Amino acid sequence: MKTLTHLERLEAESIHIIREVVAEAERPVMLYSVGKDSAVMLHLARKAFYPSPPPFALLHVDTTWKFKAMYELRDKMARDSGMELLVYQNPEAREKGINPFDHGALHTDMWKTEGLKQALDKYGFDAAFGGARRDEEKSRAKERIFSFRTSSHGWDPKNQRPELWNLYNARKAKGESIRVFPISNWTELDIWQYIHLNDIPIVPLYFADRRPTVERDGMLLMVDDERFPLLPGEEPVLRSVRFRTLGCYPLTGAVESEAKTLPEVIQETLLTTTSERQGRAIDKDAGGAGMEVKKQQGYF
Amino acid sequence: MADIDTKEPVYVTDKLIAEDIDAYLVSHEHKTMLRFITCGSVDDGKSTLIGRLLYDSKMIFEDQLDALQADSRKVGTQGQEIDFALLVDGLAAEREQGITIDVAYRFFNTEMRKFIVADCPGHEQYTRNMVTGASTADLAVILIDARKGVLVQTRRHSYLCHLIGIRNIVLAVNKMDLVGYDQAVFDAIVKDYSDFAASIGIESFTALPISGFKGDNITTLSANTPWYSAPQYAGTTLVEHLETVEVLSSVDADKPFRMPVQWVNRPNLDFRGFSGLIATGSVKPGDKIRVLPSGKTSTITRVVAFDGDLDEAVAGQSVTVCFEDEIDCSRGSVISVADNPPQAADQFESTIVWLADEALIPGRAYWLKLGTQMVSATVQEPKYTVNVNTMDRMAAKTLELNAIGVAEVTADKQIVFEPYADNRMLGGFILIDKMTNATVAAGMLNFSLRRSQNVHWQAVDIDRKQHAGLKNQKPAVLWFTGLSGSGKSTIANLVEKKLHRMNRHTFLLDGDNVRHGLNKDLGFTEADRIENIRRVGEVAKLMTDAGLIVITAFISPFQADREMVRSMMPEGEFIEVFIDTPLKVAEARDVKGLYKKARSGELKNFTGIDSPYEAPRNPEVRIDTTALSPEEAAELIVNTLLGDV
Repeated sequence: MKTLTHLERLEAESIHIIREVVAEAERPVMLYSVGKDSAVMLHLARKAFYPSPPPFALLHVDTTWKFKAMYELRDKMARDSGMELLVYQNPEAREKGINPFDHGALHTDMWKTEGLKQALDKYGFDAAFGGARRDEEKSRAKERIFSFRTSSHGWDPKNQRPELWNLYNARKAKGESIRVFPISNWTELDIWQYIHLNDIPIVPLYFADRRPTVERDGMLLMVDDERFPLLPGEEPVLRSVRFRTLGCYPLTGAVESEAKTLPEVIQETLLTTTSERQGRAIDKDAGGAGMEVKKQQGYF
Repeated sequence: MADIDTKEPVYVTDKLIAEDIDAYLVSHEHKTMLRFITCGSVDDGKSTLIGRLLYDSKMIFEDQLDALQADSRKVGTQGQEIDFALLVDGLAAEREQGITIDVAYRFFNTEMRKFIVADCPGHEQYTRNMVTGASTADLAVILIDARKGVLVQTRRHSYLCHLIGIRNIVLAVNKMDLVGYDQAVFDAIVKDYSDFAASIGIESFTALPISGFKGDNITTLSANTPWYSAPQYAGTTLVEHLETVEVLSSVDADKPFRMPVQWVNRPNLDFRGFSGLIATGSVKPGDKIRVLPSGKTSTITRVVAFDGDLDEAVAGQSVTVCFEDEIDCSRGSVISVADNPPQAADQFESTIVWLADEALIPGRAYWLKLGTQMVSATVQEPKYTVNVNTMDRMAAKTLELNAIGVAEVTADKQIVFEPYADNRMLGGFILIDKMTNATVAAGMLNFSLRRSQNVHWQAVDIDRKQHAGLKNQKPAVLWFTGLSGSGKSTIANLVEKKLHRMNRHTFLLDGDNVRHGLNKDLGFTEADRIENIRRVGEVAKLMTDAGLIVITAFISPFQADREMVRSMMPEGEFIEVFIDTPLKVAEARDVKGLYKKARSGELKNFTGIDSPYEAPRNPEVRIDTTALSPEEAAELIVNTLLGDV
């Protein structure tokens, strides 16, 4: 009898999780960040319900500071999948002109953390799919696949529901919601390999190209639009770079690379000696416990 | 990283990745996956071993290693050396306490496989986490500190792994470097463990002498243990063993086909598919299937997938299948191979692990989720609980946090199931508190307690609607309840006479008469009284299926039993008639002289005297016999029945 490969088992597990949520939640939504993990999660959702389109909307919590190429792919994927796309921008952050250059950590807090809470409350979603993986970061390794949030979106790591076999308890009180992580058990390599095997469209920024960049605080930042304030003496230089993760362009460090194809990207990823989230400023806040604190506050 | 004691990892993938990435991708694509748990006591070196596996398979990056080195100096327990445990222990609180308090999942790859490791804590109060981690594992690595040998915790972890049904057990005798790699120490521990394992039914295990800290026998056979290559030992490294052991899903693929239905896929009128994760066996177009619990059969026409229909799908795959016939099938149904379907039952003996701070309340209704079925269920007082340290069975009234017990579980409707030992997906369940929605218990169905287990519902062509239609009436049960001597039989008899005159097809089931035949094997203990009522309920149900109006006259003192019968009937067909006669009045009448016997102690468990009568709270009809004559009472009941019909 055929033994399933690891990717087949991971795929089956994720599809099972996505379907359980649709069967048991009243108003699910998929958080779509346009990154490679979101790309895989969306693809799995399409597989789970084929030939129907996935019976929920895509929600993009926008900071207005994403890369241009991300907005393009976002709109294309919503069209191709036949799903509704909801874009939410925190009106308060917009009004105050919160930006990553002047406001540091407040930028993430207002646009992403607060924006997400507002969006979930506004639409009354009781279950939200997220593309987080357990291999990304230490506190993620201990989070459940179904992660409960109080009505104020708090996470209590000491009081998680035990998850046995593949039985997920999706019951909750009114006002409470669940964050569901269907690709919890995938690693970065699994994600890349799956994208490769299934020919899943991803943002071209993942591939090396000559892009205008400046070096600042040890990070290579891409000058994606005219809002990028250059410091005295700074001059964008065309470098062959690519991105290992994608977020707000002023907060996302590029790596110098010549990897123009997916196998080359995977090759570089495997031979590299620094972890994926290293390019992100967010994990370094508050010492080793940065992400855990953010999650208790409601960050995805 | 100069100051950690590491040998170069043996994985040769780096070379392949650098020289021929396409060839590497093809090899990675075909890897299988093994999920395992590691369990051990606090200082057995569990986190260190996992850190080592991650490190050796290049899952630790330089920036993480830098952070680790900084952390190691700050709070580490290994002096200036790298404390791998810090890499694995995740949450801030436990980092400070230096203990792992929850299940954490880690990932690494070798040439052959992807591994998912559930890192489980060793503290007694966290049985819950271990059971959680073990529930998805193909294999368990049980760590023993070579200096300490088999401890109480070792026994506990082994018992739990065995209980959850893990067949592959690895005994990793760790810290061999601290006992001078002594063969005799290893042999003594293995002998000790072997005796214990046999006593709890573990048939086999694989023992390895290792050092997580030094790396002995993890990825390469160690020069420090030359004796380990002798034939009486496994002679393999830990990684080699993990790479070659058989995974659970391939065992499941050889069993009969079963798939719990998660979701019905109906995008338009031309397509109707049933989606689910295949629990066991395989399925292909042309297969004859049966849908449980309805028992209807059909044939598979397609196994639908996004990238094109499949020729066949096996256990562990999430698929969507289509049938040739439009038969009933929805979430909670189980699709099975037609000629070898699973059983359905509503009463089980189960092994239960209690996971919540609030103890089990026997008799309280919890949600029970098994596969995709969700029912309301109650748990009886446990028959016994197991002391996980001594394996002794103890009497208990309830199950507290981390307790393991065996108890009867009764569901409010039939569940399609298989014993847990045969099928984890159709035998494992969770209990959910209806108030807090917390997952309070994990359970494993051992067997059903009814003899219905191999009987499948036979669909018939003439159904209850047609039976009733021919008689030109709506079937119903008039369920009389009341004290002995309250007037149930007298009034019931009058009601039947009236209905008969009106050309209604009726049948009167009387308590005393039924005990002469159908229930003559039953006495008057509480269990027998419940069974008496259950049988009468079942007979009444069959008679309503045949289209009859059934009149029953039983004391039926307990609310729960009457509710049980009510739940058997379609909505609106159970009419509870409370013959309300005060005890004084009934006792004064004492038509059969029973009260006198009960008062004198000659008759035990007599309702109203030394056994309680629970009056109905919301009966459909209440008859006050001190205000109405039997004739008037019968008139009122008949009017209620027919007015309602």
